[in-house]
Amino acid sequence: MTLALEQVLNGLQFGVMIFLLAAGLTLVFGIMRVINLAHGSIYMLGAYVAAASEARGLPFAAAVVAGALGAALAGLVVEVVVIRRLYGRDHLDQVLATFALILIANDGVSIVWGKTPLLMSTPPALGGSLALGPLTYPSYRLVLIGAGIAVAVGLYLIVQRTRLGMLMRAGATDREILGALGADVARISTTVFVLGALLAGLAGALLGPILAVQIGMGEQILILTFVAIVLGGLGSIRGAFVGALLVGLVDTLGRAYLPSVFHAVAGPDVADSLGNGLAAVAIYVLMAIVLIWKPRGLFPVGSG
Amino acid sequence: MVSTPRRRIVLALTLLALVAVLPLSALAGQPFWVNAATRIVIYAIAALGLDLILGYGGMVSFGHAAYFALGGYTVAILAANGVDAALISWPAAILVAAAFAAAVGALSLRTSGIFFIMITLAFAQMIYYATIAVKAFGGADGMSLAARSVVPGIDLRDPRVLYAVTLVMLFGALALAGVLIDSRFGVALRACRGNERRVRALGFSVFRTKLAAFAIAGAIAGLAGALWAEYARFVSPDMGSWTRSGEFLIVAILGGTGTLAGAIFGSTVLLELESLLAGVTEHWMIALGAILLVVVLFAKRGLYGWLAGSSDG
Amino acid sequence: MHKIARASLAALLVLLLGGGAARAAEPVKIGMITTLSTAGGYLGEDVRDGFQLAIDEEHGKLGGVPVQLLVEDDGLKPASGKQIADKYRLQDKVQIFTGIIYSNVALAVVPSLVEDGAFYLSPNAGPSQLAGKGCNKNYFVVSWQNDTPHEATGAYADYLHIPKMVVVAPNYPAGKDAIAGFKRFYHGEIAGEYYTALDQTDYSAEIAKIRDAKADGIFYFLPGGLGINFIKQFTQAGLRKSMKVVLPEFSLESHVVSAIGDDALGLYGTGHWLADLPYPANVAFVKAYTAKYHRDPTPYASQGYDTAKLLAGALRAVGGDVSKADAFRDALRKADFKSTRGAFKFGPNQHPIQDWYSARVVRGKNGKLVIRGFGKILRDTGDVYASQCKL
Repeated sequence: MTLALEQVLNGLQFGVMIFLLAAGLTLVFGIMRVINLAHGSIYMLGAYVAAASEARGLPFAAAVVAGALGAALAGLVVEVVVIRRLYGRDHLDQVLATFALILIANDGVSIVWGKTPLLMSTPPALGGSLALGPLTYPSYRLVLIGAGIAVAVGLYLIVQRTRLGMLMRAGATDREILGALGADVARISTTVFVLGALLAGLAGALLGPILAVQIGMGEQILILTFVAIVLGGLGSIRGAFVGALLVGLVDTLGRAYLPSVFHAVAGPDVADSLGNGLAAVAIYVLMAIVLIWKPRGLFPVGSG
Repeated sequence: MVSTPRRRIVLALTLLALVAVLPLSALAGQPFWVNAATRIVIYAIAALGLDLILGYGGMVSFGHAAYFALGGYTVAILAANGVDAALISWPAAILVAAAFAAAVGALSLRTSGIFFIMITLAFAQMIYYATIAVKAFGGADGMSLAARSVVPGIDLRDPRVLYAVTLVMLFGALALAGVLIDSRFGVALRACRGNERRVRALGFSVFRTKLAAFAIAGAIAGLAGALWAEYARFVSPDMGSWTRSGEFLIVAILGGTGTLAGAIFGSTVLLELESLLAGVTEHWMIALGAILLVVVLFAKRGLYGWLAGSSDG
Repeated sequence: MHKIARASLAALLVLLLGGGAARAAEPVKIGMITTLSTAGGYLGEDVRDGFQLAIDEEHGKLGGVPVQLLVEDDGLKPASGKQIADKYRLQDKVQIFTGIIYSNVALAVVPSLVEDGAFYLSPNAGPSQLAGKGCNKNYFVVSWQNDTPHEATGAYADYLHIPKMVVVAPNYPAGKDAIAGFKRFYHGEIAGEYYTALDQTDYSAEIAKIRDAKADGIFYFLPGGLGINFIKQFTQAGLRKSMKVVLPEFSLESHVVSAIGDDALGLYGTGHWLADLPYPANVAFVKAYTAKYHRDPTPYASQGYDTAKLLAGALRAVGGDVSKADAFRDALRKADFKSTRGAFKFGPNQHPIQDWYSARVVRGKNGKLVIRGFGKILRDTGDVYASQCKL
């Protein structure tokens, strides 16, 4: 029972981190209709900047802020130089252009910081484990869950309570409406893109202590992020949150339990390859099922 | 495939250049050119099939590499079990890929836009992880083919012969796709992108039209995969990875979607740039990225559109 | 017509450019196909730099013979590796190949190269498929057979008297081979076997199960970044106090240690090479490598260097004439060079017979973490596939 609870917490933590990436991606798509494959590269940049800042003696919290800000700055540059020219273009052009950005980012990082993975340490105060009743859980992972939920609440308030949020919601439903409302569409687009980059950078910086800060780390998580926002329904923050949690939980619990489920019903060899194989594709199976059942995700927004 | 004179000339010159590789490489004493050209043509075949659904049917498949991998693995698995007749294994590769594409299409075509992109990716990932996990098929290490398949009367072991065969397949695929596009089916397929009433007026169902096109594209990718297995004498899971699907998309987009022949340009430019830049600098990716970015931002109709001019085809 | 001419010219040029012009063959060409991009790029970089160091020491020669090193990145794609091999072979007329990091690339490239009469000297991957029945007289492995690092680690876990171990590896054949290799030499109880996805970043699910299994030690085969992710998360979960961590060299070398930081303190490792081995060849290598590249050498770097030295000895023996294939092969087999790892000779399948060392991460004099050797764990050890090889 304790073990099951721990696995659920693990899934929750993974999901919350995916949400930090998914939020930006879904907003950018919802409002600007841009497929941004380079979102994972911005996440990688956040991790690199944070790790490099920490190596230069910045305290952990400051390094995380530096990572998020560095990513936001990169987001600003990318938006102004590239993404702005892609609004209204074919999705395919967006795929190609942002794929080119991935190549540039990966190689650029290896030129600046070398090919060896960087070190980012956990602050000593958060290095241990906390006792939650019968369960001991790594403190740092609790911090991650807390940070993720705080961001989710903050985003919810921005989207529901502010003028920018009102415009974002309007834009996600119908882009034309923004101009009609007299809003400066270009500025809103830039703001949203930079906000998304900031969150991605924050995720990268926060995950630095538990992951290898290395080239290509963005692509690994990019696909999971796309799965999350597609599951939830594009353009919806709520959808991204639910989608991200689903991805986190299904992926973690799949790996935790599928192999033993198969062990119960089949021989060890079959169970190993089937159980582990199925665990690896569990989220894809989930996405396929959801999309066959609800072709526009769980929380469809506007005209899609 | 609406043709303007200039388009026809560019296409003819391109095909001529591909044929000319054979005598030119012999004259220059550079047998490697034939190998490089074979790879280019195989990619072009796969991307051409993709362009059929992408450029005409508006279906962005992000899992096209799965059919490529299925084609390759079919040939490799048959070869490992003693079936080395290309006349059996290649059609088998095409059939397997087409059948899987039809199944994926039937499940995926309820969705559209980015949802379609992601669901095709999902099915491709399932194939990818299956090829990694199954030890009988070599797992992550892949499978080698002891020898190339046998075609009565010709010797595929000779790289020039293999290239010629591959080229014939490209011409065949190009002709087949051209005929399809110009037929009533092609008109219906193009209409699927926006005008569904027109599709029905032509006596087609939107779903079935798209599904048929999707399966045909899968079949062509399966053929390309089979040819790849023969060329490389090796198949491995990375044939079906999502980055490979992305490469096929890039080849099609780079060449110009909705042009079919653009795939040849896209694959020539991408593969040659990659190998050229990698030979010059270890930081070839950043150079390739910059070039791709410039192309997409400024050559809006792809290379073929740039070379052959617009005809709103 | 101007534009059409431009079009056809462009198409032709692009086709031809990949060719380039063949140069007059003066120095002996060495084709290095290696992984320089992707997350595994640092492995190829080390192999290349180690190899290059040996060439630089002789000012552009190996064994007194002028050489030209061609290097190209395979991007961890078997297809690209194959393409580069074809290009080097057909266009540059290269006879000697080396450099491949990953087994899947090696399996795509090596068999057709050596059947074609070229030589391949592996500085890293040593897949079992090419070690037994699939061995070839022109194929030499300088590093190790893929199973051996895990066997050595199993032997070390046995030596440390760890009663109960859990084992972790990615869910693909090499992962299963690693675990099989470990179990071949470890005779305690295996309390759990866990297989992960190949590109997994979060290991919390596995770590929770490992905690539940209540073992005394853990072995994992998670190369490079995967292992870094795993050990960081494992340490944070507080499991280091109750479990010894015993690792093969892929998961415990200087890059990995620097990326893990203080969490690496106390990890147990094994290796066929360690930076602090006292052999004169090694002392000189470590000093020269650090001076030239300003980073600590890794096993990969030593493998690249040793490969170049092996080649140097053989080139000297034939006076740089590689066309005397039989004499060149015999010279390679003699392995007449001073290895950085100490004693080195080839077994019947032309894979190494060598010693394996135990190691542990400790804090050095200046406060820096170092991997310190603690003596030999296996002596003169070959691999289990050698007997199946008929050469």
